[in-house]
Amino acid sequence: MRGKKGKRVDPRPVLVSLRWLTHARSGDKGNTANVGLIALEPDLYPLLARAVTAARVARHFRGMVSRVERFELPNLHALNFLLHDALDGGGTISLKTDAQGKVYSTALLRMEIPVPPAVARRFRPRPRARA
Amino acid sequence: MSKVVRVAAGQGFWGDWLEAPFRQVKGGPIDYLMMDYLAEVTMSILQKQRSRDPAAGYARDFVPAMERILPDIAAKGIRVTSNAGGMNPRGCADAVLAAARRLGLGGKIRVGLVTGDDILDRLDELLARGQELRDMDTGRPLSDIRDRVRSANAYLGMAPVVEALRGGADIVITGRVTDTGLTLGPLVHELGWRPDAWDRIAAGTVAGHIIECGAQSSGGNLLKDWRKVRGLERVGFPIVEASADGTFVVTKHPGTGGVVSVASVTEQLVYEMGDPKSYITPDGIADFTSIRLTQVGKDRVRVSGITGAPRTPMLKVSIAYFYGYKAVGALVYAWPDAHAKAKEADRVLRARLADLGLEFEQMVTEFVGADATHGRLAGPPDPAAPEVQLRVGVRARDKASVERFTRELAPLVLTGPPSVTGFAGGRPQVEEIVAYWPALVDRLEIEPGVRVEILTA
Repeated sequence: MRGKKGKRVDPRPVLVSLRWLTHARSGDKGNTANVGLIALEPDLYPLLARAVTAARVARHFRGMVSRVERFELPNLHALNFLLHDALDGGGTISLKTDAQGKVYSTALLRMEIPVPPAVARRFRPRPRARA
Repeated sequence: MSKVVRVAAGQGFWGDWLEAPFRQVKGGPIDYLMMDYLAEVTMSILQKQRSRDPAAGYARDFVPAMERILPDIAAKGIRVTSNAGGMNPRGCADAVLAAARRLGLGGKIRVGLVTGDDILDRLDELLARGQELRDMDTGRPLSDIRDRVRSANAYLGMAPVVEALRGGADIVITGRVTDTGLTLGPLVHELGWRPDAWDRIAAGTVAGHIIECGAQSSGGNLLKDWRKVRGLERVGFPIVEASADGTFVVTKHPGTGGVVSVASVTEQLVYEMGDPKSYITPDGIADFTSIRLTQVGKDRVRVSGITGAPRTPMLKVSIAYFYGYKAVGALVYAWPDAHAKAKEADRVLRARLADLGLEFEQMVTEFVGADATHGRLAGPPDPAAPEVQLRVGVRARDKASVERFTRELAPLVLTGPPSVTGFAGGRPQVEEIVAYWPALVDRLEIEPGVRVEILTA
């Protein structure tokens, strides 16, 4: 990726929504929502682990959560994110429709990450569509 | 062939599909039926019910569910583990025994009753003995809410379940035993695992986690290729086939709908996950980064490689306390400009509440159909949306202001923006909030008080 002398430079990456690269499930622990993000194919996992950092997810959810932690599960080709203070108090206190964070998972799938064009062609439903 | 124990999930939460336990018993061979009813929120609800009626406070659905399957489980020797007892396990056990007698199974059904998780009457004693019971999330001391505590239950593990099974119980009824303990207990009992065989304990814990939410690991709520999941109208609930070496297969009965795949099991594994290296239960610690999943057949996923670590000296405690009041109400606005009308209605409502001098700890407005689940990530509202629901909730410590709020929604129908409907449900209900306070307690303070009784119908 770095284009150092003697190494092949990847073609320009393309932005692809996580919707086409992953599946996910979320739940709650008190006022914290978790999102487990799972690569659709095992070989996508290293790319996800590089691109979907805790900082990147915190930016995605800015104003909606206070702090993001990330854990890696390479065995399941998955990342687990804890979104703190995401649920208006959570449990019985929360006034939100999604008081238990059940669909924070799909909100994360709106994120776009840069991937090599070959990956975009393989996973995006309309290969020629603009990202 | 070495011994395999089959534990089938019959309920994933209180309110789950009533057909599931019946079909698990009828649809093929199983050894155990695991019925999980308790979530953090559920304990608060059961506490409320017990406060109104001392005979209530357990998952009442469990009794008719058992009545329907009792003849089969008696004939086939299937044993049941359940935390349906909630806040009143003795009341639940009595009701099940009465059902057995009604069916003419008197003398044939033994119920193992587990008590000792309820520590409400011991809170001051525990505080005096140096158990701080601070909120695990915020660090606040229990004294902040001590006078508002409604219930306090320690999470028990598999040990009393195993004891009840050894004592010959056909149906084990508990209060706040962990979801995973209901599956781990039968495996420890049948496969002879030592309680300090940490990798085995971790494996049984993971097995329990995979099936504790019912069909959520067998095709229900499955996002990956959801259109390809067939037969959810007759979804098969998951079954674990466990071996003594700690490996197991997740499957479901033949001819049922849904799917058991690496994807379906993985989605359940990451559900409600914290630090995957340290899934802590009263029985031990499971490392979810050690789990290996392999599709070994149609609707068969093999789970192996699981490692664990010793249990901690502490037990988690679930404390419910009175928090305040809330109410949520909604109105539906129709095209054209549905979102803009709903937004204006919210402005009018807020201004009127302010004019009344009402103060709330929290007031949340959501536009269902526009931003309710994804917030600003949903992007700008669609001006062509056929309808948008205005959903407003308030929360306060005092009841009067919440009560007044519930009377301000209906007037918007005739005094606010146009094209509004959907108020047939009437005024929103004022709800009492019983909130959850997670804490830790030394297990040595709790375990001597745990009792297992074998009762016969």
